[in-house]
Amino acid sequence: MSEPMREQTRETVYFRMESRSHNEQFARVVVAVFASRLDPTVEELNDIKTAVSEAVTNAIIHGYEEKDGWVEMEVSVDTTARELTVTVSDAGRGIEDIEKAREPFFTTKGENERSGMGFSFMEAFMDTLEVESEAGRGTRIRMSKKIGQPEC
Amino acid sequence: MNDGTSYQVDHYCLIVGLPEEVDHHSSQALRKEMEEQLGRHYVRRIVFDFSKTRFMDSSGIGVLLGRYKEMKGRGGDTVLCGLNEQIRRILKISGIPGLMPCCEDWQTARDYRS
Repeated sequence: MSEPMREQTRETVYFRMESRSHNEQFARVVVAVFASRLDPTVEELNDIKTAVSEAVTNAIIHGYEEKDGWVEMEVSVDTTARELTVTVSDAGRGIEDIEKAREPFFTTKGENERSGMGFSFMEAFMDTLEVESEAGRGTRIRMSKKIGQPEC
Repeated sequence: MNDGTSYQVDHYCLIVGLPEEVDHHSSQALRKEMEEQLGRHYVRRIVFDFSKTRFMDSSGIGVLLGRYKEMKGRGGDTVLCGLNEQIRRILKISGIPGLMPCCEDWQTARDYRS
């Protein structure tokens, strides 16, 4: 009986966009607007925007290697748990070694002056980060953040 | 350049007024324009002025580290200025403050003695 009530506290948007670099800003703004339902602080919003930017940029640069493709995003807010969840998926080339990719300063695109800090930023600015990937099939990033948590 | 980026050379110093958002998208034009500026002028220091910048991600860190190495290679240096809290946090996580001095404004950054 209480299940349907619980469901109402969760709201979700889903969208997909072409893997163009100007869509990085679009993705950040959409997620920030949606996350504002949880009344985050400016700092929390900046954290979210940075993490989203990293995930979408990775999909465009690494997943699709700056070629055409679709980046799919699902954004949920749970107003009871006060938690934001963002999923970023691509159907690009995938990551061969996820552990290696997550190391700070590791990059496969040093010639393009990539800093290798993308995953480190996602980890630093969100509470959880899950990476699923299969070579040749694509990558799915799922990250969440509680809003209104005291600084630890 | 209509994203608010500005370039100015003063006392062998290239002062780059960074755009409101430094991400993968804006850093592509930034990198290209800086390369042109460095080819056209004799520059001993690059000053990155963040006073208009409200957002930066790891793509911006890539640009900073790239120019830092380039300037170091030619005996010059790189100084930052106009940082807000969000930019400071990003720089700190990336270990940038140990490499590049941070000043209040571009004039102080231009005159900074390393």
